[in-house]
Amino acid sequence: MRHIISVLVENNFGVLSRVAGLFSGRGYNIESLSVGVTDDPKFSVMTIVTHGDDKIVEQIIKQLRKLINTIRVRDVTQMDHIEREMMLVKVHASPKYRAEIFGIVNTFRGKIVDLTTESMVIEITGTKDKNKAFLDVLEVYGIIEVVRTGSVAIARGSKATTDFTKQDLKH
Amino acid sequence: MSRTGAEALVECLKKQNVDIVFGYPGGVLLGIYDTLFDADILHVLPRHEQGGVHAADGYARATGKVGVCFGTSGPGATNLVTGIANAYMDSVPLVAFTGQVPTALIGGDAFQEADIIGITRPIVKHSYLVQNVDDLPRVINEAFYIASTGRPGPVVIDLPKDVVAGKTKTKCSGKIDLPGYNPTYEGHPLQIKKLLKELSEAKKPVIYAGGGVIISGATEELVKLSEKIGLPVVNSFLGLGGFPSAHENYVGWLGMHGNFASNMAMTETDFILAIGTRFSDRSTGRLDGFAPNAKIAHIDIDPASISKIVDIDIPVVGDCKKVLKQMEEYLDKFNWEKNAESRKGWLKKIRAWNSERPFSYKKSDKVIKPQFVVEEICRLTDGEAIIATEVGQNQMWAGQFYKFKHPRQFISSGGLGTMGFGFPAAIGAKLGRPDKHVFDIAGDGSFLMNMQEICTAVQYRVGVKVAILNNKFLGMIRQWQHLFYNKRYSYSCLECQPDFVKLADAYGCVGLIAEKPSEVADVIAESLKIEDKPVLMDFRVDREENVYPMVPAGAALNEMIYGE
Repeated sequence: MRHIISVLVENNFGVLSRVAGLFSGRGYNIESLSVGVTDDPKFSVMTIVTHGDDKIVEQIIKQLRKLINTIRVRDVTQMDHIEREMMLVKVHASPKYRAEIFGIVNTFRGKIVDLTTESMVIEITGTKDKNKAFLDVLEVYGIIEVVRTGSVAIARGSKATTDFTKQDLKH
Repeated sequence: MSRTGAEALVECLKKQNVDIVFGYPGGVLLGIYDTLFDADILHVLPRHEQGGVHAADGYARATGKVGVCFGTSGPGATNLVTGIANAYMDSVPLVAFTGQVPTALIGGDAFQEADIIGITRPIVKHSYLVQNVDDLPRVINEAFYIASTGRPGPVVIDLPKDVVAGKTKTKCSGKIDLPGYNPTYEGHPLQIKKLLKELSEAKKPVIYAGGGVIISGATEELVKLSEKIGLPVVNSFLGLGGFPSAHENYVGWLGMHGNFASNMAMTETDFILAIGTRFSDRSTGRLDGFAPNAKIAHIDIDPASISKIVDIDIPVVGDCKKVLKQMEEYLDKFNWEKNAESRKGWLKKIRAWNSERPFSYKKSDKVIKPQFVVEEICRLTDGEAIIATEVGQNQMWAGQFYKFKHPRQFISSGGLGTMGFGFPAAIGAKLGRPDKHVFDIAGDGSFLMNMQEICTAVQYRVGVKVAILNNKFLGMIRQWQHLFYNKRYSYSCLECQPDFVKLADAYGCVGLIAEKPSEVADVIAESLKIEDKPVLMDFRVDREENVYPMVPAGAALNEMIYGE
């Protein structure tokens, strides 16, 4: 099962390596990990996408909670949530195909952020599936390079993702 | 008042009631050492940093206080790594200070630079690189708090040279502000009631008590509970001493070299009340054969230990002592009469197992049996000594044949299995508990790993007694090669060995040797008379003695082998 874990941490020296090291040291898998500071510069939120059965995910969450600098750990996949990742895609775009690609970018609600006679760079955000679909369509033109941020996720509604109680979760 | 980082450090240590530290100086630590020179703290100089950290560990286990050690940057710090990992695996409260090159040089591959925070990250409870001298008092305060509360563990504080030399006015006290660290001490009442309900309905219940009972000081509560309901108590290896072994409800210890009754009881029980134990693979044997018919309740302060290895039916997160006290309060709400008869019958069955198949060995009056040496040490110390062990056969025989009465009496590397641990740990234990006889029950192989600490023991007049069960083998390796590798003793024979009596003499302490069973008691009695220096006892034991029973790796607990 794919799980998205949201971790509120103190914005201290070495926190990222403690979290990442916990995954590598205990043999857990990380699909993506993205970190950014919150509105309060003392704290950061990490969004970690991982795979594992219930027992493994339970251990991941418990081990993350054990770290001294983690404040809240939540399995966002148990909540109604919004998930996004951003990609920058550099693709071959000779004048012959440019209009076609424009059309695709519009369909996927992407943004062209750089253009040369031979190529363009497209910024696109969405779920992992949407972004994959976009890359599939673009592939025929010749993708030069893709960089992506990894997922970030947030719960729907007025409560902070990392502040939900057990009752708020679906099960 | 402004003082240097080093002065602030010593002041903070005093504030934490630290009266002994184990450390080895080095270039970047010189500022601290200059301050320690005048400080009212006993500084013990081991002859290797690994000896220092194990001594701090042994001190912590024997006293319940936080062990403190120092190592300089680079090689000094990396020499601490094994000891830190050892303390982490066995939940020992430890604060390790490491020197670091000046902040301006960090990352430049400076002389004696090592990224010790990175190196130790997987084996610490927490760690700090102090980058500003004003943070130092707060960091020390937090480190002692983290090391000693919740599930205890080692904390590393890395100290760049310029931070130690800098000036600060920051006070050593201050509120602890760690928003992410809130250990749960009280158990959830609903869970506790659920546990008691299930326990009252069990016909063949067992208490499985681990090191957490010792750490939280819950022995008295455990004995009370066991007596009130008539519950047999099985210890984990590190739980030895947490329940008096002479008690009529005591079963023994389970696992690879545990006793028949414990392994059978765990296999047949219908309800396990696990307290402060982490279900180590050496304890459980093959998991699908572990307690196949039992519901399991687990009390532990570390939520991550619950359902990590074995699925738990009733988890109770909390401090063992606190939760046992809470259980006492609710005890009368449940019907203990209903299954009292079944429990009595169950206890009787366990006792029968124990008298049928106690720990035993073939006695001999020609060759010294290692088990006999341990029995004699137990007899001559009236079961009151603190026993540290090395790792291997010696460790198992110590667990099997010394009859422990008290918590904090048994000091052994359970999780990491560190050869060379016992001797320095015994030195630390003796410094912490000078009122007790302290033995290191050793193998010749393990003892050779940290024997340089004889110097330390001589210098500080530490009267530890080292009982070397000398079989000129890496005994446990030889045993496995004997049983599972067709007796191909690949590099397990220690053909070259010092003369331990002359070695003791060279270091200025006492060396004794016993070659016949009739000499064993005299040698031990002689060692007990010497209190102001270490004693090395070379017991020339049966070279090919094996530890039995044994649950082979990958077998279930009831699939023990008993020898040829």
